[in-house]
Amino acid sequence: MTTLLFFLPFLLLFVVLAVWAERKVSALIQDRLGPMEVGHWGLLQTVADLLKLLQKEDIVPAAADRKMFLVAPVIIFVAVFAGYAVLPLTNGWAGSATAVGVFYLISIISLDVIGILMAGWGSNSKYSLYGALRSVAQIISYEVPLGLTILCTVMLAGSLNLQEISFQQGIWVNDVVGAEAERLWLFGLPALGVELTEVGGFLTWNVVRMPLFFFVWLIFFIASLAECNRAPFDLPEAESEIVGGYHTEYSGFRWSLVFLAEYSMMLLVSFLGVILFWGSWNTPLPNVGPLRLAEWTSGAPGTVAGHLWSGFWLISKAFLMILLQMWIRWTYPRLRVDQLMSLCWKYLTPAAIILLLLTGVWRLIGIG
Amino acid sequence: MLNPAVSSFGEILLYLIGGIVFVAGALLTAWIIRPSRPNVEKLATYESGEEPVGSAWGQFNVRFYIVALVFILFDVELVFLFPWATVFGKKALIDATDGMWGWFAFVEMTIFVAILGLGLAWAWAKGLLDWVKPEPVVKQQGSPVPPGLYEQINRTVAAAARAEQRKQKE
Repeated sequence: MTTLLFFLPFLLLFVVLAVWAERKVSALIQDRLGPMEVGHWGLLQTVADLLKLLQKEDIVPAAADRKMFLVAPVIIFVAVFAGYAVLPLTNGWAGSATAVGVFYLISIISLDVIGILMAGWGSNSKYSLYGALRSVAQIISYEVPLGLTILCTVMLAGSLNLQEISFQQGIWVNDVVGAEAERLWLFGLPALGVELTEVGGFLTWNVVRMPLFFFVWLIFFIASLAECNRAPFDLPEAESEIVGGYHTEYSGFRWSLVFLAEYSMMLLVSFLGVILFWGSWNTPLPNVGPLRLAEWTSGAPGTVAGHLWSGFWLISKAFLMILLQMWIRWTYPRLRVDQLMSLCWKYLTPAAIILLLLTGVWRLIGIG
Repeated sequence: MLNPAVSSFGEILLYLIGGIVFVAGALLTAWIIRPSRPNVEKLATYESGEEPVGSAWGQFNVRFYIVALVFILFDVELVFLFPWATVFGKKALIDATDGMWGWFAFVEMTIFVAILGLGLAWAWAKGLLDWVKPEPVVKQQGSPVPPGLYEQINRTVAAAARAEQRKQKE
């Protein structure tokens, strides 16, 4: 059964809830109440907004390039949505089992850039064009540190398949189909002599297996914020400067597609960050002697308990990441263009290259 | 639970089709229920309420091209590094070559990355990574009063204000 059946409805539900949560989080941070009118605590506010957007007129400016303008939001959304195809969902239910996994993911979400450029250029509006150019420059720049950090995890895992990377980070490491018997060591170093194959928990997550991965994750997280065009990297849609950026001219449901794509991207990078660094669908609780915490809080692959527990862990970890993204958005001011570029090329990229080499050394020492 | 009838790339295709079908369905629904009453003002390009001047399809900063070029450099590097990353730490290959394989592949790739790092350093030194930063423009009014004089007055006034405050406290 394909994960499409889960991810498509889940994504819609997520966007509805996340927009509401975003407004509530921002209200909390700014000491306001946020939406309170529609439904209990304003829970149905986004549903009302969506219904309104569905009924709105679809305006195509007379000066716009009509075909490009109409197709662009579809490309933006489908490119991001297709990235979900390779994500694992539980320990017995993964998406496409293709060997190129995460490599495919970062290439397909790059197509998003083409959609954004089409939207900006096709609108024939100055705000849209500035927004699109800023957005493209930002997304392609931050793709370099993002790609380098993903590469670090791939070097440690020796696989591009996200489900295999997930299995390597917990007690079910030897349940992965077709893999040789593997043993997990503290910090990935057999020389320390602490075997964790039966212990699991957070100790076998990638971020602990290679202690420097925390910094790698930091770079990944900063770059992923920029990839989503989210504050403090929201220059492409800086409301105070260029109205709405590349979607200034859009209205009605076509506009909500752009919005949908943005929130889908947030969720996608959160999933990816959790899978690559924070143990994927593995439980954070380790087995301690007779206290089999890891086994009690995760079911064997393929069983009902396995599906429920691992799905629960993966989704709740991803939601924590979303919360972190929202928290940052409402805490930090927007960067300036020159700061944006120097952060990417002068700090994150060199740091990512150095961490890449250190990961390589770590892996070779670990393998002996 | 994976359906064996669907190949791995077939599943990706399913996602693409699923995404397009969803978007098409939603847009069709919107098309059925939404009004369509265009008029000249509504179809005008948005420029904060002003009459739009000219077309947006003009020139833009050449730095966007430079960023794109540097990006291509590194993206091609990534394309080469991903396949390498999956095999350089393979235990079977390392065991078969007495540990030579891993370090050999690693050193090779270090040289490759170093050359690209050199490219980045060159672009950095050339100032290609510096975005245009508008310098604050100090307007010259052609006044005979030197700007330093104003600062001096400001300082005296501030000092007098501080002295006043101190006196009031006492």
